Amino acid sequence: MSFDLNFIGILIGAIMASSVPLILAASGELITERSGVLNLGVEGMMIIGAISGFALMVVTDNLFFAVVGSMLSGLIISLIFGLLTQSLLTNHVATGLALTIFGIGMSAMIGKNFVGIPGKEFPLLFLNLKESIPFLGPIFFGHSILLYFAFGLPFLTNFFLKKTKIGLIIRAVGDSPTSASNQGINVTLVRYSCILYGGAMCGLAGSYLSLIYTPQWIENMTGGRGWIALALVVFATWSPIKVLIGALIFGGITILQLHMQAVGLRIPVQLLSALPYIMTIIVLVVISRDSRKIKLNTPTSLGQIFYKEK
Amino acid sequence: MYKLFLRSLISALFMLGFSLNANAEFKVGFVYVGPTGDHGWTYQHHEGRNAVEALGIKTTYVESVPEGADAERVIRQLAQSGHDLIFTTSFGYMDPTNKVAKDFPNVKFEHATGYKREHSNVSTYSARFYEGRTLLGHMAGKMTKTNTIGYIASFPIPEVIRGINAMTLAAQKVNPDIKTKIVWVFTWYDPGKESEAAQALIDQGADIIMQHTDSTAPVQVAEKAGVWSFGQASDMQRFAPKSILTSIIDDWAPYYVERSIAARDGTWKQQDTWHGLKEGMVAMAPYNSAMGSDLVKEVEQLQKDLASGKVHSFTGPIYDQKGNILVAEGAVADDGMLAGMNVYVKGVEGDIPQ
Repeated sequence: MSFDLNFIGILIGAIMASSVPLILAASGELITERSGVLNLGVEGMMIIGAISGFALMVVTDNLFFAVVGSMLSGLIISLIFGLLTQSLLTNHVATGLALTIFGIGMSAMIGKNFVGIPGKEFPLLFLNLKESIPFLGPIFFGHSILLYFAFGLPFLTNFFLKKTKIGLIIRAVGDSPTSASNQGINVTLVRYSCILYGGAMCGLAGSYLSLIYTPQWIENMTGGRGWIALALVVFATWSPIKVLIGALIFGGITILQLHMQAVGLRIPVQLLSALPYIMTIIVLVVISRDSRKIKLNTPTSLGQIFYKEK
Repeated sequence: MYKLFLRSLISALFMLGFSLNANAEFKVGFVYVGPTGDHGWTYQHHEGRNAVEALGIKTTYVESVPEGADAERVIRQLAQSGHDLIFTTSFGYMDPTNKVAKDFPNVKFEHATGYKREHSNVSTYSARFYEGRTLLGHMAGKMTKTNTIGYIASFPIPEVIRGINAMTLAAQKVNPDIKTKIVWVFTWYDPGKESEAAQALIDQGADIIMQHTDSTAPVQVAEKAGVWSFGQASDMQRFAPKSILTSIIDDWAPYYVERSIAARDGTWKQQDTWHGLKEGMVAMAPYNSAMGSDLVKEVEQLQKDLASGKVHSFTGPIYDQKGNILVAEGAVADDGMLAGMNVYVKGVEGDIPQ
């Protein structure tokens, strides 16, 4: 491997690009989970976002509509989840799993007519700066606007949860829906909003894949990234900043193993693909030994059905 | 009691339906590993199916069937539902195909790129893609400026290793300094991974990208990065008009037509087919004029010589990575050796993953 500085810059840039869908989906899911709702449908919402974004791009020839449309479609899909879990009080886990299966099937059906169509070029910002500044250039410049948004999102999310009133309400609902309800908070409404927000972010993550990362539609193109995003939320112990760090680690593993191969180093690929999950399990084991750490960020009512007695 | 009666009536009707179906017209089934719209491997098999259909023969296909437990289920289902001839079009269907063939001696099976013919109703067929790789190697050796060729490989099976070797040998012939860098992605079709691999190779200095995977993602990455690339399985030119020098095209249609007619007329016999440029099972897409008319002429001549047999992709002396002789000077590799190829030739970097 050539170890010149510029090359390392390019490598870091590639790792950042590959971590964007993980950051977007995990940040969305984090808000959902902090309100006490466990939505395992991330993969399904992402793939729906991917196909709707791509389909809208083909039909309208407008990238803005495509990106916004993918968020809307993620939102609509998560609305189904919301209706089922919040209004009909179904089990979160089962509903979320069903949502993923539904999303994959549905996207394949819609996608039939969009297979094999080349995508449109997504504008990259500051391309000239990327070339002219060594090392820092490829890290900070020449990315799509979604990447900059994704890297700002965890900080915004952190601020939102910790410093704003609505953030406080969301955390209250996630920790104790009954007390929150007694305080006059509309728990169902808060949870609905968080579910919809999570859906929109997952849709956006999907469209990043089909519009920017590999600009085309391919069946099952999320390739398990939704599950990694779910693992990432736990890995980050529900903290937005750690989501960012975790996404870079998980994204880095993929990119680095390809580069190691290109220089002739051999590492078992299967082990590396399992690594995000193994790391998550380790984190789970570690935090479950320390009750204070759990209390710090974990929404205590996660996955529990809330029913307001009348 | 009533429900029981209804149930048995329904199942009886189903059985009747199946058996009627089985006795009805001649049907051909196809099992694909990817979607028909991949514009690569599966797309070309599907074109072959269309040619059979055009003859008025009824055909069915099942797409995106993973290599594994699902494959056997799908093949069995096709055999059960009255198909007389079934094409299974991926290497990983080898064992499931033979397993199902044992249980359905009256159904004919055709397995692509495999080598197991455990029962008399199983034929195998493949194309000499390596002849195309020789042409690619020649162009790559001439066109590279960094002397680094990036190669995205799928699985470490003889077919893929043969392609890497054929390409490297041809490139060395015109440019002794070239290096072949290989990235294994362990999938036939995962555009995300394929494009990450292409990008990694480009970042490592490769200015030629070659793939033995089925999606158009690598050529699109190459187009964006401004390096040369080659399409795989079908003409991918419109996905990367500037970057693609040519594509290796698999043309299955004549074979599918011939075998379907044979099976219908009762003249089908077990065989092992391995056709190449000569028979047209391997074809080349139009050459990109950006490589200059001299090189185009050279490659066209080489293509003719490969087709006529004047030139063989594996002509000795060929050495393995340790310098042991594989093919003696002046000799050519026989088909047995080609079919079981599991070592790199000298000049390829790295080891074959296990």
